[in-house]
Amino acid sequence: MKTLLSRREFLKTTLAGAGLTIAATMTPFGPRLLSAQEVKKGFFNPSVWIQIRPDNIVTIVVNKSEMGQGVLTSLPMISADELEADWKQVRFEEAPGGQRYIDPNWGMQLTGGSTSVRHMFEPLRKASAAAREMLRVAASQTWGVPVNECDASKNTVRHTKSNKSLTYGQLCETASQLPVPQNPPLKDESQFKLIGTSVPRLDVPDKVSGKAIFGIDSFAPDMLYASIARPPALGAKVLSYDKDAAEKIPGVQKVASIDDGIAVCATAPDLAWKGRDALKAKWGKGSHPELNNETLEKTFLDHLKKEGAIALNRGNAENALTRAAKKIEATYILPYLAHVTMEPMNCTAHVSENRCDIWVPTQNQSGALEVAQKLTGLKPEQIHIHTTYLGGGFGRRGFVDYVGEALQISKAAGKPVKLIWTREEDIQSDFYRPGYSCRMEGGIDDKGRMTAWSHKIVVQSIFENFAPQMVKNGIDPAAVDGIEDMDYEIPNLHVEYVKLELPIRVGFWRSVGNTQNAFVKETFVDELAFAAQKDPLEFRLNHLKNPSARRVLQVAAEKAGWAKPLRKGASRGIAYHFSFGTHVAQVADISVDKKDGTIRVDRVVCAVSCGTMVNPNIIVAQMRGAIIMGLSAAMKERIDFANGGVQTANFYDYNELRMNEAPEVEVHLVKSKDKIGGIGEPGLPPIAPAVANALFKAAGVRLRTLPMLPETVLKAMKKVS
Amino acid sequence: MISLEINGKKYQVDVDSDVPLLWVIREHLRLTGTKFGCGVGMCGSCTVHIDGKAQRSCITQVGSVQGKKIRTIEGLPEDHPVKKAWIAEQVPQCGYCQPGQIMQAAALLTENPNPTDKQIVEAMSGNLCRCGTYPYIKKAIRRAAKEGKKV
Repeated sequence: MKTLLSRREFLKTTLAGAGLTIAATMTPFGPRLLSAQEVKKGFFNPSVWIQIRPDNIVTIVVNKSEMGQGVLTSLPMISADELEADWKQVRFEEAPGGQRYIDPNWGMQLTGGSTSVRHMFEPLRKASAAAREMLRVAASQTWGVPVNECDASKNTVRHTKSNKSLTYGQLCETASQLPVPQNPPLKDESQFKLIGTSVPRLDVPDKVSGKAIFGIDSFAPDMLYASIARPPALGAKVLSYDKDAAEKIPGVQKVASIDDGIAVCATAPDLAWKGRDALKAKWGKGSHPELNNETLEKTFLDHLKKEGAIALNRGNAENALTRAAKKIEATYILPYLAHVTMEPMNCTAHVSENRCDIWVPTQNQSGALEVAQKLTGLKPEQIHIHTTYLGGGFGRRGFVDYVGEALQISKAAGKPVKLIWTREEDIQSDFYRPGYSCRMEGGIDDKGRMTAWSHKIVVQSIFENFAPQMVKNGIDPAAVDGIEDMDYEIPNLHVEYVKLELPIRVGFWRSVGNTQNAFVKETFVDELAFAAQKDPLEFRLNHLKNPSARRVLQVAAEKAGWAKPLRKGASRGIAYHFSFGTHVAQVADISVDKKDGTIRVDRVVCAVSCGTMVNPNIIVAQMRGAIIMGLSAAMKERIDFANGGVQTANFYDYNELRMNEAPEVEVHLVKSKDKIGGIGEPGLPPIAPAVANALFKAAGVRLRTLPMLPETVLKAMKKVS
Repeated sequence: MISLEINGKKYQVDVDSDVPLLWVIREHLRLTGTKFGCGVGMCGSCTVHIDGKAQRSCITQVGSVQGKKIRTIEGLPEDHPVKKAWIAEQVPQCGYCQPGQIMQAAALLTENPNPTDKQIVEAMSGNLCRCGTYPYIKKAIRRAAKEGKKV
């Protein structure tokens, strides 16, 4: 891959019009395709770029951030297939930040919500088909033959009758003079050549050699390193600090107060941290000194007594519950979780009088641009955002707090700065997966059918700060995701949301509200199945009409050997969840050490149905990865609070799953004609309930909290015995 | 002045001897393949070879490795069986932890060219991967061991 600066040069050349360039902009009537000449006029904000150069190289500019999910491969594949490009001639370029590269559905340059392929599938195909048609017309005009006799394939247009052929490179200049067709014919799915194949990822070689440039690997000339002394308690104000002591550390060049703390700049990272420690900053008690694990638990339980906003009221759940043959109730409390991307938050920024450069691993270039405009007063065209590889995202990098910090520090220092958060800062200043509590009541009739479900959810709102327009009638869509739209056929469903106000920052954590909601929903369905004396698989199928939902359950069960006996001491659990347009079912085989409460997950079988599959190997990898991350959360992870702040600090107290506890994961791809679904997130929600349901079978306990730590399991087992 | 030998090349660096080797490698010498993950030796992203052994450079003082042979991801040949296996098995997702994983795996295979699954897990459990690529890492190490035998 080229360096970031040369990418900008590339884009300049693109606009200068060498070769054939196609862009697209989304309108209410669908994508409008543009030539480079039209783009230069500046009427539109195109979001897709395809360039074919005279040297026969096809470059696809990817407007989504690569954080492991494979967009730098899957988006070019979509384009190359429709273009009839030779995959060996295809290159990718990560788009810079800017209005030109917005997601057409969102109007923002943002990567998240498992939408990259879903949102870019149509615009990329249309733009690529237009380029293909223009190349065919260029050839037909060159040869004086009908265009329908000119076939495009592997970067070449051929006229079989006269045995003539020209490469895309040879045709691109002529083609660029032609009008851009607005409705080029798209290939039928049966004609796909690349889509549906597991071509190797384009980013893998650089990630293996060590050459891949992540945000933390950015350098600017004459750059300083920045560290920040932060308040230990939420909302705490600084009382005093020793500026002189920090400035005495050799290499320390600047101490400056910023919004979130006191910044120290030095010529090396270790010196910046030494300087920060020398400040010996003293802090006030903060806004909520009483906040800790115990008070939080009480807050979550107290709020369940409050009345909330109604997200859904189908039938009359209250009445139906009183008439139910059997009624079950359950209350759950789930912890706050950190993202802990392997690359800690970082940003390199250079603010000068009339230009600002930002090198950043971000999921949200639009957000970075907005904060830069606010803090520098510069115009968007003076701000240059260079997206690097992201060392993990999972939603954390949709927030741009660290970009604002780097900008403030660069402004204060008058120099470029690289801000690297320590792991402790990364864990203690996250936008956490919110803590959660809920109360559920479910009823079944005498035939073992679910008749009523009432569900009250208590959680902080993510959207009220991130995108307040998404909160409608007091309902944060993330809070009720996967409950109000659950696939189970239940005639009486009541979903209520109680918004919790706390000073803890919350955010999008891989699969967002679905993580908590799938856990409580799928364990509760299991509980109802048990009460109805039905097999958990059969019980689910009895309440599902959606064919893809049924299919994934059946495939996962069959491949896992659901009906077959397990070895002694092992047990099996199943769960299903639909999220981000994709159906996923998982079966977990576990064993429980009855003496110490340790759960061992031996094997997970997963079935996924996501409509059109762009790259099957990437889908399998996303399923495996999401299952292991979800298992890590379910078995080990929890943020602890004490004295009004976050107590958890680093990997010694934020435990994650390691290779010794990672199960074998078998993934089965289920074909369907469904609309294309997302892939980055939907693999995560079912794993926690699948394991918890297996635990119930093994030990007869229903855990009402996470993580499933051995001591928690042991305590629960003692209670039932 | 600290004298270092990294990937067969000699360097002189003007830093205190207690500075973590990681920052010298990455920020002073700009061999950025070696990554910062935790600073306490618990994630393995910063793994390099010191005299052939996998070590956490974030908790290794630079002064302690003078006169020793240091190897980083950049110094591991591109045709090394481990690197080749990592590509063949398509291990990386975000890729950030992978240089550390690769260096850990390469050191394991030097010490034990034919590790059992249990030995692989034992050697690799100090290296975290948030993307959850563990099943792929295991497979790649098995492949590299096989390939290594052919050589």
